[in-house]
Amino acid sequence: MQRSVARPVERVTERVTESVVERTANRTEDHVLNRVAPGLFATALTVARKDIVIELRSRSVILSALSFTVLGITIFFFAWDPTAVASVDLAPGVLWVIFTFSGLLGLHRSFGVEQQTRAIDALLAAPVDREGIYLGKMLANLIFVLLIQVVALPAVALLYNVPTGAYIASLAGIMLLASLGLVSVGTLFSAMAVNTRLAELLLPLLALPFFVPVILPAAQATGRLMSGRAISEVAAYIQLLAAFDIVFLIVCTLAYPYTLED
Amino acid sequence: MKLSKLGFVAVLAVVAVYIRVIYFTPMDALQGAAQKILYLHAPSAWVAFLAFGLVAVTSALYLWLKDPTLDRVAASSAEVGLVFTTMFLTTGPLWARPIWGTFWTWDARLTLSLFLWFIYAGYIILRGAIDDREMRARYSAVLGIMGAILVPFIHLSVYMFRTLHPMPVLLKPSAPSMPPEMTTTLVSSFVAFTLLYVWLLRERYQLAVEHDLREETLR
Repeated sequence: MQRSVARPVERVTERVTESVVERTANRTEDHVLNRVAPGLFATALTVARKDIVIELRSRSVILSALSFTVLGITIFFFAWDPTAVASVDLAPGVLWVIFTFSGLLGLHRSFGVEQQTRAIDALLAAPVDREGIYLGKMLANLIFVLLIQVVALPAVALLYNVPTGAYIASLAGIMLLASLGLVSVGTLFSAMAVNTRLAELLLPLLALPFFVPVILPAAQATGRLMSGRAISEVAAYIQLLAAFDIVFLIVCTLAYPYTLED
Repeated sequence: MKLSKLGFVAVLAVVAVYIRVIYFTPMDALQGAAQKILYLHAPSAWVAFLAFGLVAVTSALYLWLKDPTLDRVAASSAEVGLVFTTMFLTTGPLWARPIWGTFWTWDARLTLSLFLWFIYAGYIILRGAIDDREMRARYSAVLGIMGAILVPFIHLSVYMFRTLHPMPVLLKPSAPSMPPEMTTTLVSSFVAFTLLYVWLLRERYQLAVEHDLREETLR
């Protein structure tokens, strides 16, 4: 700093270098020591995008889940006597049962794909909040199951001859709420199940009891909407779904860091 | 197995209660002998809820304090609780067949009990599927807490399900107020079963300690 005898050009160069070094040092310090890591939601979006990109490149799970969905809907049709049961009575049950099982297929993929090459280690080594990783995984799963819904609902409407046009917005809202509840619990259990000896066998065992307060109100509300009742009649079901989503999204986000291997 | 002092008292209390149930408690005028299953059914339901309550509390404390003792208590309580849940889930239908006319009905309380059984069966299966002791403790603590949070949600949803689909009048359970002899018997059965639970919990806990000890020496 005190070398004033140096020539002007050198001094300028020196000053520039110094300031660059200083700034770089500051930035490194910020990044490493003060950890200017991406925020919770930025992390979540990055993780979700990574998962979706991986899935879009292989398309293995989503395609099998979608064909399983349509296949299940058609198989169900033959388990029933069409002269005895009206299709509108059967459609909501078929929709939600099939949706639950195809959702489980996707949920298992969520952490199964990290386990294969131990990619989860790299993810956990990143200087980001663990809660953000959970939220990202949850978000990717939500998109996954919504995609299944987008196929399942028209398939049921078409194959079971149930017109859904009149209440499609309400039904979409119910589906979104139910999907959120399903994946918030399912993502956490997926993270746990992959680390156990039973792996994919354990996920439905743990998750299905937790799906009861989701599937029950969703299926009941869908049934009422399909038989032409007003949205106000299903308000209590929607409240229950919303309450479940809020409580379990918070609980699972807080619980996720406890399910990690250290 | 040597019977501990507590075990002796608990077994004696249960035997005494059932002698009272069989010989010294009046027969129900309407239900007859079937009503006596209540003295087995109700206390086991109480103990099951007590046991799962303890699982939730010790699970939450475990995540906070990381004390393996808490994990052993939770594991023991879940196992004993599952036994008592199985008990009240089997005695219920036995009573319901002659009284309601059916073994099973999708009544809110019945459905909740069934899912309680599933949750804690899942809890025990989860424990069996993890070898690492510390991880097993953490995972089961998470499930123990989540199960306790789930119970009111299941109750609410099945209650809505039932109230919107009313049951036939024949199956309507109505609890008549009891004569004092019956109430005394019922209350003493609660006490006896609680003693039985505490004893079984302690035995199971001792087993968990010995199991962990063996694992350590083998390592």
